[in-house]
Amino acid sequence: MAAAVPDIAVPHDVRPNFARALRDGAITAAIAFALLLPLIGFKTVQNMRNELELETRFPLLLTIVAIITAARFFGLLVIEPWRERRALHPPAPNATLTAAKSAFANWFTPFAIGFVAVYPILVMLLVPQGALKWIDNFGIQILIYVMLGWGLNIVVGLAGLLDLGYVAFYAVGAYSYSLLAKEFGLSFWILLPLAGCLSAFWGILLGFPVLRLRGDYLAIVTLAFGEIIRLILINWVSFTGGYAGISGIPRPTVFGIPFNANEDGFAATFGLEFSPIHRTLFLYYVILALAMVTAYVTIRLRQLPVGRAWEALREDEIACRSLGINTTSTKLTAFAMGAMFAGFAGSFFAARQGFISPESFTFLESATILSIVVLGGMGSMIGVAVAAVAMIGGTEIMRELDFLKYIFGADFDPTQYRMLLFGFAMVLIMIWKPRGLVGTREPSAFLRERRTILGSFVKEGHG
Amino acid sequence: MRPTAAAPLLADEILLRIRNEAAAPPADARFRAGTTRGASQGASGRMEVFVQQLINGITLGSIYGLIAIGYTMVFGIIGMVNFAHGDVFMVSAFIGLIMLLILTSWLGMASVALALLIVLIVAMVFTSLVNWVIERVAYRPLRGSFRLAPLISAIGMSIFLSNFVQVTQGPRNKSVPPLLQDVIVIMEGNGYDVTISYRQLIIWSITAVLLAAFWYLVSKTSLGRAQRACEQDQKMAALVGVDVDRTISITFIIGAALAAVAGTMYLMYYGVVNFSDGFVPGIKAFTAAVLGGIGSLPGAVIGGILIGLIETMWSAYFSIDYKDVAAFAVLAITLIFLPQGLLGRPEVEKV
Repeated sequence: MAAAVPDIAVPHDVRPNFARALRDGAITAAIAFALLLPLIGFKTVQNMRNELELETRFPLLLTIVAIITAARFFGLLVIEPWRERRALHPPAPNATLTAAKSAFANWFTPFAIGFVAVYPILVMLLVPQGALKWIDNFGIQILIYVMLGWGLNIVVGLAGLLDLGYVAFYAVGAYSYSLLAKEFGLSFWILLPLAGCLSAFWGILLGFPVLRLRGDYLAIVTLAFGEIIRLILINWVSFTGGYAGISGIPRPTVFGIPFNANEDGFAATFGLEFSPIHRTLFLYYVILALAMVTAYVTIRLRQLPVGRAWEALREDEIACRSLGINTTSTKLTAFAMGAMFAGFAGSFFAARQGFISPESFTFLESATILSIVVLGGMGSMIGVAVAAVAMIGGTEIMRELDFLKYIFGADFDPTQYRMLLFGFAMVLIMIWKPRGLVGTREPSAFLRERRTILGSFVKEGHG
Repeated sequence: MRPTAAAPLLADEILLRIRNEAAAPPADARFRAGTTRGASQGASGRMEVFVQQLINGITLGSIYGLIAIGYTMVFGIIGMVNFAHGDVFMVSAFIGLIMLLILTSWLGMASVALALLIVLIVAMVFTSLVNWVIERVAYRPLRGSFRLAPLISAIGMSIFLSNFVQVTQGPRNKSVPPLLQDVIVIMEGNGYDVTISYRQLIIWSITAVLLAAFWYLVSKTSLGRAQRACEQDQKMAALVGVDVDRTISITFIIGAALAAVAGTMYLMYYGVVNFSDGFVPGIKAFTAAVLGGIGSLPGAVIGGILIGLIETMWSAYFSIDYKDVAAFAVLAITLIFLPQGLLGRPEVEKV
């Protein structure tokens, strides 16, 4: 509600302005009350005869309005004078803090890679009972999104092509694996590259018509393509199973050794006691390896002519063309590379779930992946990974907050607020850091010395 | 012309909805086109079927057109695709629903026309407030910032709004008792009457009146001049004394008010609304805005009617399952081959 009041010229004394806070607080209260009155003040419920009835929730409405008003009042009285004082007298740079920051920046990447490598072992040592859930719901789930984020980063961050239909390629990968594995009994390790190739092919196919488009128009057309693919998956029932999806998808094997309790299973072959966690651990390291391959390929590609052409294209298409860069093939390779990684992730997803349906490939997924890329700061691989952990881990952790039931009563269900807070967090992070969590970029081409520059100097996602 | 009670029409419509609901989980709320009749009637009276679909399509298109105006005006003035606009439309339908329930079941208002008028006005006022606050909170701090930031903010707002309604009003479909069931038979075929309902007539006339009023507002008043000035160059407009922030706020308010009209009419026409009903109509309305030429007010309405017609005709003559594919394909084809739309100005790329 921070900006719900007309702008007023900032007074130059930094003492808290009590009268203004009071007046603005009252205006905020009035606006919040009117805003929330219809949807929170009243609730439509179905009665026994299936008719709609109204219930009122005025105590709840007044509580929320009071909280908003108090927040606004506190913000004007305490936070704003503090910020103004800071702006007038910026604190002197603290040498130890600066050193600590740069050490953190230097050591963060190796530490993060080491941490994800030992994460399942740590989890198994710390929470032996719930290890499966923590590795599966958090580890694997987040790594899938990290990989998708890095894949989309090639298209949006490097080539600057805004793609809102990225989930379509994820779906192509998932359905390729499922259908080929079920119909022809091919193994995961053959189908993984095949699904990647098929997705890349679709990336080129859908990339062709949109070569001339830029910016928002490109975003909307890719969104339309994503939706068309999803609608075809829903309606072509004889091929895809429609809404019911595909179930019983073969699970991945360790080069032919399945994860089951049989004689020829993984546990028996290696003389271990059968446990479902073997498969989860295996899947974790597979997706970790896939994500690392994505990162490695992206970093290497940035050094190659094609990667530099992507970045040049992002900065200025006309200059690019006049320098003799083939913009058609540059754009199509970007689409194809991004789609290929989505295809890998998709076939992994299908193999992990054992069941897929069009529900998993909605626009919301595309929006989630894009927001991870943008929130992370598009130039930075680490930023994207941190954003994936924050957004996906954050919403997953909402499932675990059962203790809130003791505060808000037994019928309080924190899971239903997941997406509400997810959307709200997207808005807040954008306002707080429009260039993403990592605001600096490292150009791959430089004069004399390598330096980071501000994110606002590059044209990521400009279409 | 003779008015008759349209029990079969309504029964068909409800049956169709129930069937759709059974086939589709509520998360995929597709805009159910006015395909209630015709598709199944087959050969009996091709002309009648066509005319009926024409009537249904124009009605649906009017709703799309009203939403599209919000997209086209916002895109014109700040160059941003307001992704949350479809959800603002959905919120307005809920506000209308709640107001309707207050009027009918609490206050026992008997006059349907008066109730509808009050619902319309209340929904317009509250939805305008919602959109005004959204603009202040989520978009204004990002103005002039990185180009993707407002887009992500709008997507976040869209997710927030639909989940807010889900949390506060529940995930189930909300249905109201049908209003204004009377229809007028305008063509009698053998066993197939072409009808136009009062609801459809109301939708047409409200759309026409509002379009005329807003066309006047944008082309003849000082507010409209300010809007067009901001569209061309915000800095220059500010220098010659246009209050840019205020103009943009008013643009959002107008867009929301028109979306509220569309939301109320959607509620009246279909009688059912769900928290996820914002996305697909929103995308289709955006398609309409693009088809008509983004930035052009009459273009938005023409585009809306075209999209409505394409959707109903496609459902009647080809396949009802793929009607959304048709709309999205039109979007892609328009953007690829005619990016400036039917009535828009071509964009010139300068070095």
